[in-house]
Amino acid sequence: MNWLLVVAGAVVGAPLRYLTDRAVQQRHDSVFPWGTFVVNAVGCLVLGVLTGAAMAGAASSWVVLLLGPGLCGALSTYSTFSYETLRLAERGWGFLAAANAVVSVLVGLGAVHLGSQVARQLFA
Amino acid sequence: MSRRGSRPAPGAAEAIDPDVDLHVPAQRAEPQGRVLAAVAVGGALGASARYGISLLWPAAPGAFPWATLWINASGCALIGVLMVLISEGGRTAPHPLLRPFAGVGVLGGFTTFSTYAMDFSRLLDEGEARSALAYAGLTVVAALGAVWAAASVTRFAVRGPVAR
Repeated sequence: MNWLLVVAGAVVGAPLRYLTDRAVQQRHDSVFPWGTFVVNAVGCLVLGVLTGAAMAGAASSWVVLLLGPGLCGALSTYSTFSYETLRLAERGWGFLAAANAVVSVLVGLGAVHLGSQVARQLFA
Repeated sequence: MSRRGSRPAPGAAEAIDPDVDLHVPAQRAEPQGRVLAAVAVGGALGASARYGISLLWPAAPGAFPWATLWINASGCALIGVLMVLISEGGRTAPHPLLRPFAGVGVLGGFTTFSTYAMDFSRLLDEGEARSALAYAGLTVVAALGAVWAAASVTRFAVRGPVAR
């Protein structure tokens, strides 16, 4: 049953990442991987809110499984992020590669922290 | 047209984004239902594997989240192998659903940025600031090192016989 909740979340999360990546790329012509950056930042923010809500007792365990390891886990990605960083470096855009790594990590860590703090205040 | 003699522009296969790169003309078409279905099924498989590993190898409170680190590092190594095989591998074009299924779906669903960030935040909340910082840095180094090493080894294996 728990496994089915994770699968249900992932079945939505993975295509949502693909479609968001496309939609973001259609709006600019930069080589910087904004699409992956956006899904990772959003995934971190949502997981932060979810965890904060769960700590405050406002999210049941099935919602946590569906949206946590399911939706957010599949929406966010480390493999695409690292491959894009490698490609940027290989193409000679070392600065963009370093910026992608640093900004993605800082924003992701910040988003999850912000989300959980806000949720704890909201649902306390 | 003074481009004669200049170096050729990077090939169309030289995409930055392994999932979908709209700089590549062939990838600008609207996604078909079967592509989205391949991504969804692959994502479900990848997420299931990740969830299974997290159950078999749970991180105790305050402990270093090795499971997530290995999940992300191994997923990054595998995308390095996959993308080199797809873009530089054989003489025949790979199946059009291979990349959506295995790359976007399975590996994208297997690896996770959100759990990584949450592990960091949880370690901070538990007063393990040094572990949190070590985990944050080590994951980035392991992931980037894995994708670089795996892509390099695969490239060598693919091109080696050709170069002779």
